[in-house]
Amino acid sequence: MADYHWPPTDKCNLIGRRIARLDGPWKSSGRIKYSYDMNRPNMLHAKMVFSPYAHAKVVSIDTSAAEKMPGVKAIDIITEPGKEVFWAGHEVAAVAAETEEQARDAARRVQVRYEKLPHLVSDVEPSKAGEHTKQLAEQTDGNPDQALQQAEVTSEGEYGVPVITHCCLETHGQVAEWDGDNLTVYASTQNVSGIPGEFVRAKIADSADKVRVLTPVMGGGFGSKFGADTWGLACARLAKKTGRPVKLMLERDQELMAAGARPSMYAKVKVGAKRDGTLTGWQSESWGTGGPDAQGGAPSIPYVVRIPDRRIRHTTVLTNIGPARAWRAPNHPQMCLITMSALDDLAAKLGMDPVEMLQKNIDMTGQLSKTYSAELEKAAELMDWKKKWHPRGDKTPGSIKRGLGVSIHTWGGRGHDSNCNCVIQPDGSLSASLGSQDLGTGTRTVIGIVTAETMGLPLEAVKVNIGDSKYPADGASGGSTTVGGVSSSTRRAATAALNQLLEKVAPSLNAKPEELEAVDGKIRVIGNPSRAISWKQACAKLGTTPITGVGQRSNDLISSGVGGAQMAEVSVDTETGQVYVDKLVAVQDCGLIIDLKTAESQVYGACIMGITYSLFEHKIMDEQTGRCLNADMEFYKLAGIGDFGEIVVHMMTGSGFDERGVIGLGEPPVISPGAAISNAVANAIGVRVPTLPLTPDKVLGALEKGAVA
Amino acid sequence: MAKEKDPNAPGSIPPNENGNKHALRRREFVKLVGGTGVAATAQVLAGRQLATAATTTVPDEAVGSGKVIGPGPVPMTLRINGEAKRVTLEPRVTLLDALRNHLDLTGAKKVCDRGTCGACTVIVNKKPVYSCSVLAIEVADRDGKPGAEIRTIEGLAPEGKLHPVSASFVENDAQQCGFCTPGFVMSCTAYLETHHNPTIEEVKQALGGNLCRCGTYMGVRNAVVQAAMSMKGGRA
Repeated sequence: MADYHWPPTDKCNLIGRRIARLDGPWKSSGRIKYSYDMNRPNMLHAKMVFSPYAHAKVVSIDTSAAEKMPGVKAIDIITEPGKEVFWAGHEVAAVAAETEEQARDAARRVQVRYEKLPHLVSDVEPSKAGEHTKQLAEQTDGNPDQALQQAEVTSEGEYGVPVITHCCLETHGQVAEWDGDNLTVYASTQNVSGIPGEFVRAKIADSADKVRVLTPVMGGGFGSKFGADTWGLACARLAKKTGRPVKLMLERDQELMAAGARPSMYAKVKVGAKRDGTLTGWQSESWGTGGPDAQGGAPSIPYVVRIPDRRIRHTTVLTNIGPARAWRAPNHPQMCLITMSALDDLAAKLGMDPVEMLQKNIDMTGQLSKTYSAELEKAAELMDWKKKWHPRGDKTPGSIKRGLGVSIHTWGGRGHDSNCNCVIQPDGSLSASLGSQDLGTGTRTVIGIVTAETMGLPLEAVKVNIGDSKYPADGASGGSTTVGGVSSSTRRAATAALNQLLEKVAPSLNAKPEELEAVDGKIRVIGNPSRAISWKQACAKLGTTPITGVGQRSNDLISSGVGGAQMAEVSVDTETGQVYVDKLVAVQDCGLIIDLKTAESQVYGACIMGITYSLFEHKIMDEQTGRCLNADMEFYKLAGIGDFGEIVVHMMTGSGFDERGVIGLGEPPVISPGAAISNAVANAIGVRVPTLPLTPDKVLGALEKGAVA
Repeated sequence: MAKEKDPNAPGSIPPNENGNKHALRRREFVKLVGGTGVAATAQVLAGRQLATAATTTVPDEAVGSGKVIGPGPVPMTLRINGEAKRVTLEPRVTLLDALRNHLDLTGAKKVCDRGTCGACTVIVNKKPVYSCSVLAIEVADRDGKPGAEIRTIEGLAPEGKLHPVSASFVENDAQQCGFCTPGFVMSCTAYLETHHNPTIEEVKQALGGNLCRCGTYMGVRNAVVQAAMSMKGGRA
């Protein structure tokens, strides 16, 4: 049994360096085809019919007018009469026609009669939600009542994060194409290996091995693209019915209404401490909505800083806002905002620097306490915190107030199940194949780097095959589990393949296989570089039979559990209520980094996504009609390139981090921005804006309330 | 109204080198620097203007013939990346859909389909344009005169080669999922062809009409500055 380990970082040629992503040229030249770009011969276009009502029973569906429309070829009913729809945007039917315009026209002519039923789309007041609430069990640790009673200082506040959407730039959807009873689906998915089975369960395909999913690239998922979805199944049925390839991509409004929402979370918190800042007790009453179904359990708050005496109560509000989907770091940004805001308000009450308060209670963060401590120190240095920080409320004259905020976070990120086949051909060519996918995180590049590093070859020598369900099964890309999974399976597969090659080559170098190494494009005797043959010569010894190394993810090359600290500096215009993030510092660990360039990009991107949900994002629902009022990109706002100042990213590497092995990175850095920015705003203007996003109206409202109090 | 407008004003399709103005502006291009809020307002205004223009203006092909164009497909010629492309489209088909669905030029992406995000940016007569907000027929040949010169990302460099802007996006990792990237590359290219020494602050203004969800803006800022230098080097 071979011993699997990562090479020491000082011996690495590729691992840990800044390496440009392999798919970069495909994307920036506009040549690569996404699902949305697939134009198959003789292809039809399909459009969805969806419910305009937040809650209704479908009474009847009359497709006769739509069928007579020009170009219409088939109509698929998704929600049969008699069944209910639970949100505006709920899928009812799909129409396939010769052109996109014709499909859209015909979709409007499908006559659906609904019986309207009562709906609820407001999640802000659970007491008004009546039977739509579901009380989750209360959880108590230690003796919070006594702890809060004996606390020298207590702080009470209400904090919250509303429902936001994923807003993937490539909407959900796919092209489906049949060849006999074999189905090919060009799907925009985070789950290439997992989707084929869904078409079998839906009785569309006979067996999973007759369904091939292809996703060479995809235009964003963020946790919302794990399943085939109703539109995927409808698309395959339409293709079957018509005998032609069918493209069905959601339009932007439906994408925002139905294809992804992050649950809200609000909480009333009471937290206590000793006068020296030692935290003693926590009590919170929280609620939130994940759409029509109860999602998850009670939140794990206080977040990261596990105050020993605590009680939490959580209520789920069932609403007709659309189904919740995992959104990058599910639940963590919400739990983080609530906890770090409450702690920050308590620190302000004590007149204490919140960084000092976190450091004072760092042991409550558990086994990562040393990491947090170091990360807070590093972040403070990069922010110049000590020099810039002032007690709550910027007292300098003028309407622009500046402030600083801090937050810490955590994530698991252990690699998911992964299988890799690494093939060395007699002509020297080399490939790594996995049924994984690259969401834009750099997965393809990581696989290439690990393979090339193992073989002592340049990155260009490796062909990475992913995004195809015919390759060895791999996990869905969610929860920062991909990099650990694929790097582990790839390293093992590549090592297994190399060991076979070394055995073939050993006799010609008069050495034992274990005395050989693959370095600089050569196979050579360890410690004797003159006894070497080139990679090509080595592979030629294989004759006509290629080598396949098989690798499966195991725990020896990976780990889980990361920290992370972020600090924000903001300017707030107290006349307009406008918040501007001048600077965001992100200090992040993630074990051994394979590609520093794409790793840093993950953190930069997470910070910007964090600024976006902190300042702009809110899926706004109309209580009367139950509809989403901003299901477009004019009014569902994303930050632009000029909407923030500087972002500083520092990755924790070297001793204490590298030897942990590979840990996922996608989620953790997106968790803290909300809390850090909210705390910075409170520090600037002297009052808390209780909920995200920190929009001008809410900032002005908080200022007015603060002035009265 | 539209005919008197300054052809170079924001919100208008610039004339091509033959001075051919395209009067029909049903989904008029709105490309303004600055925040998305500004763009959203402008879009509403443009929409109003359109309603008027659409009822009072007909394509020149129809003028004098008494013939109504559409609603069925009509033949037209689009000048894309230096080639004349003959297509038959309903007059309501946008330039974006014409490129993507009829010419298999899928570099320009459909994201918001409403003049907000910039993912569909192409260059029309040297100006960056949201192709979701232009009808194909507006920029097609008319009256025997050639239509607008349309450049898509596929026309920036031959297959297998990278335009300096594309190369700079790779180098600076100015892309993640990559779905917004072609739009950014086109906006950036059009900008750098007329602005040779941009500062980061100017870049923020110039690319304010393009949105990214993955948050690649830090890479984009650096990519634009680096591309400016390499394009200048190429000219010198």
